[in-house]
Amino acid sequence: MTTASDIERKPPVTSLRRKDLLGIADLSPDEIALVLDTAEAMKEVGTRPIKKVPALRGKTVVNLFFEPSTRTRTSFEIAEKRLSADTLNIAIGTSSVVKGETLADTALNLEAMSPDMIVLRHSSSGACHLLSRICRSAIINAGDGMHEHPTQALLDAFTIRERKKQLAGLKVTIIGDLLHSRVLRSNIQLLTKMGADVWVCGPPTLIPTDVRRFGVQATSIVDEAIVDADVIMLLRIQLERMEGAFFPSQREYFRVFGMTESRLRLAKPDVMIMHPGPMNRGVEIASEVADGPYSVILDQVANGVAVRMAVLYLLSGGAENEEAA
Amino acid sequence: MKKLLKGGRVIDPVNGIDGVHDVLLDGDRIELVGRDLPVDGATVVELPSDLVVCPGFIDMHVHLREPGQEHKETVATGVASAVAGGFTAVACMPNTVPVNDNANVTLLILAKAAEAALARVYPIGAVSKGSNGELLADMAELKQAGCVAVTDDGHPVKTALLLRRALEYAGMFGMPVIEHCEDQTLKGDGVAHEGFYAASLGLRGIPGAAEALGAERGVLLAELTGSAFHVAHMSARASLRAVRKGKEAGVRVTCEVAPHHFTLTDEALTAPIPYDTNVKMNPPLREAADRDAMLAGIADGSVDAIATDHAPHHYDEKHVEFDRAPFGIVGLETAVSLSLDRLVHSGLVRLPRLVELLSVNPARILGVQGGSLAPGERADITVLAPDLKVTIQASRLRSRSKNTPFDGWELRGGVAATIVGGRTVFVNPAARVAV
Repeated sequence: MTTASDIERKPPVTSLRRKDLLGIADLSPDEIALVLDTAEAMKEVGTRPIKKVPALRGKTVVNLFFEPSTRTRTSFEIAEKRLSADTLNIAIGTSSVVKGETLADTALNLEAMSPDMIVLRHSSSGACHLLSRICRSAIINAGDGMHEHPTQALLDAFTIRERKKQLAGLKVTIIGDLLHSRVLRSNIQLLTKMGADVWVCGPPTLIPTDVRRFGVQATSIVDEAIVDADVIMLLRIQLERMEGAFFPSQREYFRVFGMTESRLRLAKPDVMIMHPGPMNRGVEIASEVADGPYSVILDQVANGVAVRMAVLYLLSGGAENEEAA
Repeated sequence: MKKLLKGGRVIDPVNGIDGVHDVLLDGDRIELVGRDLPVDGATVVELPSDLVVCPGFIDMHVHLREPGQEHKETVATGVASAVAGGFTAVACMPNTVPVNDNANVTLLILAKAAEAALARVYPIGAVSKGSNGELLADMAELKQAGCVAVTDDGHPVKTALLLRRALEYAGMFGMPVIEHCEDQTLKGDGVAHEGFYAASLGLRGIPGAAEALGAERGVLLAELTGSAFHVAHMSARASLRAVRKGKEAGVRVTCEVAPHHFTLTDEALTAPIPYDTNVKMNPPLREAADRDAMLAGIADGSVDAIATDHAPHHYDEKHVEFDRAPFGIVGLETAVSLSLDRLVHSGLVRLPRLVELLSVNPARILGVQGGSLAPGERADITVLAPDLKVTIQASRLRSRSKNTPFDGWELRGGVAATIVGGRTVFVNPAARVAV
């Protein structure tokens, strides 16, 4: 017999009802929570003696990387293997693309071999949108230009939630090269959606236009940004930015924005220090902070596998898919 | 052979005409405009009174791509596109391959135009040899071959000194210098307007100030030299400010705005299609305040002309990552409908002002015939159907390229017919007239 409470109870969301993961911008708070919850279960898989489940057995996943990446590519590959997917890594130097085939043609050729998912890393913002329009396969954005890096934001959120239980109400401060950072764009989307109080900080030369319209506080005064912060996330300062006159020198950057132990005292006593890597020690972060007790930088890397397993699993249909099989 | 256009609303601002009149054509010339003209053996074309007869529209900023890039457009396909869009004449930019910096290229373009025999073509020559900003092009030769103005369009003239010399030297031949205003260092490798939307999509920005610096430079040098300076495809409110200031000071400066810049904003980067390369053009779609400033400038007379910056690109060239795609969209066949819908039906300007923007002023700026229906003028006429319901279909454009962001748009107002030199070169079947 169906009761009123049964009807009122929403069926649990058990998959991402979308073909692709192009960016956090597309996700609802419920979908974000679903990924994070699923990642908890996936993390347990990694603690087993046999670190493998059959969820993606028979599925083919192509890791198509047009930019060099160690961390993200490895993390995706481990995630795929733990889910029993057949994986294939294709690393293409952007220079060889200039000489020959277009991205669309590369994608269509891969499509002809019927993969189920394509994990794409590309130097052009919007490259994943282009692929999603021409491919049947699910497209997972592993970083597109300066646009988004959604799985990084999800693993950051997972890491914060692990320690702080929830994201809502936390003061999260992001410091560094905001302008060129896809990690920033994904993180401010995610954190504001989940109710965090987000502050961004960097030299005015490296702050995107109209950044406050994203619903964040922006400042170039680092002490103001980190006072009472629950989480401080540091972004990589690419050294070639000095050539664009974005800042004068590494030394000066460190003097004004570098995260040191003494600066940290302004933050909450249980502050978490995060960095998406790769780090420039002594530029955006002092070694004693990177290696210190507040640092969760290696936890982020560890959690990356679980979060990417969750994304792959949920995009392939999640539990609904397994029930059907 | 005489032809009598009877019963339409004639708008001829130069001669102070706006009302139901007849237009009598004798061969390739206009013989007379007046009320209830006698038929006197002429072929009569009856026009419903809701059609508008006006001096032929002139698009002063078009890329015809020939010679060298015939996969994008040819002179023949370009002028077919022009007349279908209501333009009786186009001025074509010199950034062909090779650059139109000598009489051979100019004469080739004119020969192709004569062969196509649709819209008139006014070539615009390069300011500098190869448009590379080093040495002046042979402007006397260009002028004699048929060029009506000079520009290094696609890029600004490289240095202030060269622009000064170009203004002085081209001024000797009465040719204006048309400038793609943009500080190249501020533009950098930008691909979209520097604003919220580019920031959220992770696209490198081009600030409005990049254009305004170029406009300011040009206005100052036009003042210094006393020559005529024309700001091409103006998009930024600060550029308009520079032009207004120049005009108030009596400087010989004019400017044009493209339909996409008075219609769209940078929000089009995100929707309906995120990263649509058909909204990538240079100058980029600006923010709402800039778009609104362009509309205000059109309304108050600060903007002299509407020009399309018709920039055809092949599908393959546009079907790539946003930052790799070339800048530009086609515009010849959408300009009149966008202008009628967005400028006239919105109540911003009246039809006579639109005729000034699309016909009278381009003719005046370029120093070419047209813009008037006075007796003895060439019979170049655009017939508008201001209330025609138009649905833009990219696949049906006459242009060889289909790169438009307006595919599927429903607009009020279109072209009924286009007459060049007394010859009907385009009739819109949807307008149901037999011209």
